[in-house]
Amino acid sequence: MSAREEILGRVRRALDGVTADPTPVPAPSGARPEDLIGHFVERVTDYRATAIVVAADQVPAAIETALAGRTPIVPAGLAWPVGGISDTGQSAAELDAVEAVVTGAALGIAETGTLVLDHGPGQGRRALSLVPDVHICVVRADQVVADVSDAIALLDPDRPQTWISGPSATSDIELDRVEGVHGPRQLHVIVVVPCPESDNPLL
Amino acid sequence: MTATFVGMPAFPTAAREKLADSQLRGNLARATGTIRAKRAAAVAEVPEWESLRLAGAAVKDRALHDLDRQLVRLEASLTARGATVHWARDAADANAIVVDVARAHDADEVVKVKSMVTQEIGLNEALEAEGIAAWETDLAELIVQLGDDLPSHILVPAIHRNRAEIREIFDRRMADVGRPAPDGLTDDPAALAEAAREHLREKFLRSTMAVSGANFAVAETGTLVVVESEGNGRMCLTLPKVLVSVVGIEKVVPTWAELDPLLRLLPRSSTGERMNPYTSMWTGVIPGDGPQEVHVVLLDNGRTRALADEVGRQALRCIRCSACLNVCPVYERTGGHAYGSVYPGPIGAILNPLLRGTGDAQTDSLPYASTLCGACFEACPVRIDIPSVLVDLRAQVVDGHRGDAVPKPEAAAMSAVSWVFGRPRRLAAAERVSGLATRLARRLPGPAAAWTDARDLPTPPRESFRAWWRRTGGGG
Repeated sequence: MSAREEILGRVRRALDGVTADPTPVPAPSGARPEDLIGHFVERVTDYRATAIVVAADQVPAAIETALAGRTPIVPAGLAWPVGGISDTGQSAAELDAVEAVVTGAALGIAETGTLVLDHGPGQGRRALSLVPDVHICVVRADQVVADVSDAIALLDPDRPQTWISGPSATSDIELDRVEGVHGPRQLHVIVVVPCPESDNPLL
Repeated sequence: MTATFVGMPAFPTAAREKLADSQLRGNLARATGTIRAKRAAAVAEVPEWESLRLAGAAVKDRALHDLDRQLVRLEASLTARGATVHWARDAADANAIVVDVARAHDADEVVKVKSMVTQEIGLNEALEAEGIAAWETDLAELIVQLGDDLPSHILVPAIHRNRAEIREIFDRRMADVGRPAPDGLTDDPAALAEAAREHLREKFLRSTMAVSGANFAVAETGTLVVVESEGNGRMCLTLPKVLVSVVGIEKVVPTWAELDPLLRLLPRSSTGERMNPYTSMWTGVIPGDGPQEVHVVLLDNGRTRALADEVGRQALRCIRCSACLNVCPVYERTGGHAYGSVYPGPIGAILNPLLRGTGDAQTDSLPYASTLCGACFEACPVRIDIPSVLVDLRAQVVDGHRGDAVPKPEAAAMSAVSWVFGRPRRLAAAERVSGLATRLARRLPGPAAAWTDARDLPTPPRESFRAWWRRTGGGG
């Protein structure tokens, strides 16, 4: 008998007389912060990342400030103009020589201070936002949701996802949190609000 | 050669040795104290915590009670997305599958994401025996591996080591296996983390194959989820060409939406954070991004045995957060090594007998490694009633010895008690003798002395209830 048949047979025997519940379990609703963006910024900053809120026309300047002279790699399809290196399929070793990366995000989660990348346009393949030491992530205010439930409902499981909550960290030495192990050691989050006089969410 | 848990003594013997190690007790008290406070604060922030726990338990139960269909569904979803699915009855099956994949790619080394299941099956040793080096990339696992040590905690395997010991291990051992520790390395945790970053980066950049576990596997979509902090997981899951994930069959979550409560419960229970720094989710092969050859090994290795245990099957809900270890008064004092398994603490005390079956002295000692105080049940994010399972397993251990030619001291004592309690006259005589004897002696004589090694005998009342009733007629 194949291992597959043997294991499935054992499972069926173990569950003899057990009735499974066919209905998915609903999760209780999560946090509903009044000031969604303020909450998001506070929670991101708690992880010792930086987070600022800027009007759409100020994004290029905010990126420039966060870069502090570093040259970033820039994935195709980023909604904001940034000078830097294009993604031409660089190897991991080549990416290791790149100082920074600028990406967009699929959404942000206010309650947990989390950015979710689904590696669509403007976010790049997964290695881009991993190997360089500084990650600058631009998220629109209308992409920020309240809690994990809201994110799960919007995200597409067919897409690869990276959920990012602050810079790389470890608690492995005496359970004391230290920032900066293998992922980017600096995370700068720029939250974009529309310019007051514009209907275009990108401006 | 790495250390092994094989041949470890039973819990009381191992615990006695560990209790004498004051350095260990200091390290553990500090670390578990820190994490308990962090977890309590993180959990207190969530008003719906109890409903989340109920939902988390219900999601895992729904998967477990329908496991055959969920596994077939998971297999189909994974295959449809380009992954190769393997089934492994036991450790030997699983290790052979991973070795075969490595051989097919001429890989003489693999990078590893921290995973309990690959420790459970002894994968590193199996790879080593085939001449394939397995590099642990989680900081704590690296500390354990470089120190030829054993893990002592589910989340922080090197919790028994303090910063000075870690500095010494890095300084002494890193050069043997790759980039040496920098000159003048201090015991500042940031400097130690930096040394690990430099040491491992060359391995991440050159490795062609990675091995991971998974925290969750979604049957509906074929999505695997790895929850981590450092980014070593992302490195392993993204940079190599070939990825093998070894997944216990109990990791199944039926639908994508049902990940929700589990993702809210795990980080707060585990590290006391609102969310862990990195969570990676991937579904099979992603064209142009990450490993282009993806294998998933679905592992039994005793899980179906646990599933058949009506009381114990709830242990398969475990999401390996380690909250039960951090709140356990026994674990805090003995540390993880005394449990003789990669799964220590309260969850280990039930999981090991459930996965392996009772019957050997070491495994049989584990259900007794508890005061049944219940702190583990309260902390468990998926509401595993560990004390009830412990009690049930104790009964199984006792039942296993019913046919013994020489009864155990407890069984002999219980038979004696049964004989005494069987007749009022015998009981009255016993009460008179025992009342007098225990007022004179604080320790039991003969073989029963073992019981009083760690306990004082209770002081008996001057008069038994029955004697009092006879004297007063119940009138006071």
